[in-house]
Amino acid sequence: MAGVDTPAPRGGLTRRRRRQLVLGGEYAVFVAAVLLVVALADWQALKTNFFNPDEMGRLFPEILTVGLRNTVIFTISGFVLGLVAGLLIALMRLSSVLPYRWFAIAYIEVFRGLPALLIFIFVGTGIPLAFPGTELPGGFYGQVALALGLVSAAYMAETIRAGIEAVPRGQLEAARSLGMSHGRAMRSIVVPQAFRVVIPPLTNELVLLFKDSSLALFIGVTLNQRELAKFGTDLASERGNTTPILVAGLCYLIITIPLGYLARRLEARQKRGQR
Amino acid sequence: MSAIEITGLRKSFGSLEVLRGIDLRVESGEVVCVIGPSGSGKSTLLRCVNLLEEPTAGTVRVAGAEVTDPEVDIDAVRRRIGMVFQSFNLFPHLTALGNVMIAQRKVLKRGKEEAEKVARQNLARVGLDDKMDAYPAQLSGGQQQRVAIARALAMGPQVMLFDEPTSALDPELVGDVLGVMRGLAREGMTMMVVTHEMSFAREVADRVVFMDGGVVVEQGPPAQVIENPGHERTRTFLSRVLDPAAARVGEIDRDTGKDA
Repeated sequence: MAGVDTPAPRGGLTRRRRRQLVLGGEYAVFVAAVLLVVALADWQALKTNFFNPDEMGRLFPEILTVGLRNTVIFTISGFVLGLVAGLLIALMRLSSVLPYRWFAIAYIEVFRGLPALLIFIFVGTGIPLAFPGTELPGGFYGQVALALGLVSAAYMAETIRAGIEAVPRGQLEAARSLGMSHGRAMRSIVVPQAFRVVIPPLTNELVLLFKDSSLALFIGVTLNQRELAKFGTDLASERGNTTPILVAGLCYLIITIPLGYLARRLEARQKRGQR
Repeated sequence: MSAIEITGLRKSFGSLEVLRGIDLRVESGEVVCVIGPSGSGKSTLLRCVNLLEEPTAGTVRVAGAEVTDPEVDIDAVRRRIGMVFQSFNLFPHLTALGNVMIAQRKVLKRGKEEAEKVARQNLARVGLDDKMDAYPAQLSGGQQQRVAIARALAMGPQVMLFDEPTSALDPELVGDVLGVMRGLAREGMTMMVVTHEMSFAREVADRVVFMDGGVVVEQGPPAQVIENPGHERTRTFLSRVLDPAAARVGEIDRDTGKDA
């Protein structure tokens, strides 16, 4: 620090000193809050109810072979259905045919605006009423896939539309100038590029679906059709102990945390890959 | 029959009339360079030839087929017209080879082997034998533009359209692209080139067309139009292009329009 004309720090503190004080204050408040929660909690009750080793042992392997297995089946089938429908609706949304656009906008607004729970109840009770005697392919699994697909299609349609619109106009022009039809140019040139843009957001959508699959219980499940959440809550009430809920929760995190990590990685890679 | 026949062509964007009655013929094997200030409508004219822009009025015929006929199979006509863009517009998700193959495969329905053979020939023709497997992002601007030329040539076009092919390039890369175009001209390709490269126009063009304000102001052999223009507007434009430093302040603002 040289120079006679360095102005005196405001309030008699240097910038560095002030910053240290502010940070120190923040830490102190944070630590105090954590300590308070720790001191107030009844650790013994928590331990017997949530971390009961006997109850944990009882859950395996069914929580994986039934619960996690069904959750994964629901999620993947719903995702595939939603992806196909979402792409279709995104293309309708961008179509020059007015009724297609109307339909797509109406679909997106309705299915984004409704709670997923209502859609599950509608699929579980409304569709059998509307089409008596017909059964969806896959039976119960088909119903869950349809409900999840209906919900996710609306979100994915908007994501895919944004991806398609992010592809520069010149790409379509170049494809058309080579003699490709509009449809061919979309299939071979525009959509493949759009999908690269939307893979990270679609991975996030997969995480959301994974959690929404717990709504399957509103369609009415048999013992072997239970997914993680239902499995956990059923066993909790059966045993009079909430440990199964904690384990079920951990099973979700085992899947969702790596997926979230993957989405962040893909996003970072894409940012770097841009020209 | 001319390779390209443009009659009474008009094009408006909303209330802005960009082309105000163009009549132009390009004979088979002829190289025509279109020059003019930005906003003069020269790019729009080129884009009307393969119907990337739909003309408001007038007709365009390419190799006998009327492009502007509502009943025409436009995809079939476009196969015969190669187009090279200012911004290259290579497909970033495909390699150089993939860029040159995809339309052959999907449009001409060529088999994989034949398409690859044609692609390799054309990439070699533009001097990129060693870049077949590179993605566009790994290539320089000049290399990308040459891939774009190869992509158009692989379709076996009867006519090639160039829309300011060197305007987006760093100065030291312009020469490679112009070299490829010079070679094409020598092989007898019919070419319509919108450009600001006066030395290229002077050397390669059979005819130079000067446009301003949506009309053809004058046209003729390069020696006549560039060396000895008959119109005042042509003279002003050329003096500015050939010696940009000579333009006076205030003069420049007038034509900083669109067209980029």
